Amino acid sequence: MTAILAVTEQRQGALRKVSLEVVAAARALAEQMGATVDAVVLGGGAVDGVQALGPAGADRVLTATHAGFDLYNPDGYAATIASIGGSYAAIVFAASAAGRDLSPRVAARLGQACATDVTAVGVEGGKVVVTRPVYAGKALQKATLGGSVAILSIRPNTFAPVQAVKAGAAEIVTVPAFTQRVTVREVKAPEKAALDVTEATVVVSGGRGLKEPGNFALLEALAAAFGNAAVGASRAVVDAGWREHGAQVGQTGKTVAPSLYVAVGISGAIQHLAGMRTSKVIVAINKDKDAPIFKVADYGIVGDLFEIVPRLTDEVKKLKAE
Amino acid sequence: MKIAVCLKRVPDTTTKIVVAGDGKSIDEAGVKFVPNPYDEYALEAAIAFKEKAGAGETVVYALGADVTQETMRTALAMGIDRGVLLQSPGSPDGFEVAKALAAEIRTGGFDLVLFGKMAVDDYNHQVGIMVAELLELPCISAVSALAIDGGAVTAEREVEGGVEVVTCQLPAVITADKGINTPRLPSLKGIMAAKKKPLELKPVTLGAGGVTVTALALPPERQAGKIVGEGPDAVPALVQLLRNEAKVI
Repeated sequence: MTAILAVTEQRQGALRKVSLEVVAAARALAEQMGATVDAVVLGGGAVDGVQALGPAGADRVLTATHAGFDLYNPDGYAATIASIGGSYAAIVFAASAAGRDLSPRVAARLGQACATDVTAVGVEGGKVVVTRPVYAGKALQKATLGGSVAILSIRPNTFAPVQAVKAGAAEIVTVPAFTQRVTVREVKAPEKAALDVTEATVVVSGGRGLKEPGNFALLEALAAAFGNAAVGASRAVVDAGWREHGAQVGQTGKTVAPSLYVAVGISGAIQHLAGMRTSKVIVAINKDKDAPIFKVADYGIVGDLFEIVPRLTDEVKKLKAE
Repeated sequence: MKIAVCLKRVPDTTTKIVVAGDGKSIDEAGVKFVPNPYDEYALEAAIAFKEKAGAGETVVYALGADVTQETMRTALAMGIDRGVLLQSPGSPDGFEVAKALAAEIRTGGFDLVLFGKMAVDDYNHQVGIMVAELLELPCISAVSALAIDGGAVTAEREVEGGVEVVTCQLPAVITADKGINTPRLPSLKGIMAAKKKPLELKPVTLGAGGVTVTALALPPERQAGKIVGEGPDAVPALVQLLRNEAKVI
């Protein structure tokens, strides 16, 4: 029986939400290929949330447990996935920090190519076909994966988790012996616990229009009012040192696809638009009515962001309180 | 310290993408090509580590058409000692590129092999990691802070909601993210010196690869939406639209 392997992610014993998206993408391939889906969980012990994998579309849940697997373990994870991966028609990863590191390792070990950051999957003539944004989303590439195992990573926030009513049979995977060359010592939390712009449902981004770094507090307040929101930034303000580079949205930063993207004081340079144009809804707030950002925005307000943003924060709070 | 850096020639990030007549690639007419921005961080790291060590050699590798030499001269002008261009008209996929680079780098006796975390054209995010796997070297990818003390490497990489602290030993492969350093601009003296630095050309033949690009298309244009109004008084209307029309809050 043809099978698809979905490589899930956990951090410190908790399954990450993107895992359900990986299973959803694997399920979509499986339906078209008449295949089954195995979800594999790599962890240091029991992982919270694995019971959700069956209902999300996994026929079997494989567990690989190792004392060194609490945190991401590049060599150990790669050895484990490669030890079982060769028999699958396709292996699906998340294009997350860990998945982007792991998928090429597994591909190289299996002697296969790898398609990263995939936003749509299909099957044509028995082969996996993928769509992936290139040039930071300024173009979409369609490609056929011709190897014996199709290896791909999917962009977070693009495959909606599915709901089926079943449990998923549990299986154990033996972790093979491996040479550990790289060790993840710890994951340092940022000073302020912040959601990553690639994973947030709402992204509120600021640009030079904010005038000085301290004014990003306005956007943090707006993000807090929305909830499940992250604060992003344009390249100009990141290069000026106002914000961490991890918050940069655009071609040399991150590509985001939230439900709602609010661009504040951002004119909309081509390289910024590339990073956020697949957002479901875009709101622009800018004093220049001719700013290019309004050409891609679903809704815009022209005016002084220092008056508009606090008002928006209040209105969102009011709505959330209802 | 002997350090290799791999470089890719890519369209400038301000390029407006036009699909070529074949429907699979970009129209390169009028496009300005530059060193991949993430590779510039790798170049800077290589030059700085050699300066700190006080001795050694830095070598830049690239795979591409002959025109890639121009891009490599930029690396030499920054301060890289010499270059090797693996001449190939194109590349089917990242794994084929990784195999060619690994075969070339394998015998170089490098302490450190540096890449940018990804190229801003194809977004593959994989060649450096694959080269490390093929050479059976430790690899830390997407590194935003890097320290090397003797043979011990300590790196930080950004992960969702935090920063991973990762260690390994040299020789190693590191792929660079923004934040790791600020790349220097080539000096006039550097540009002059670069013209005389050795740049070796080696033809390579790549395999057919496992990824076949069948189409390249521009994403659907977003329709410009509506200006809800001017100033803070437009905010309540915006919030209602977001709730009732767009249904996002």
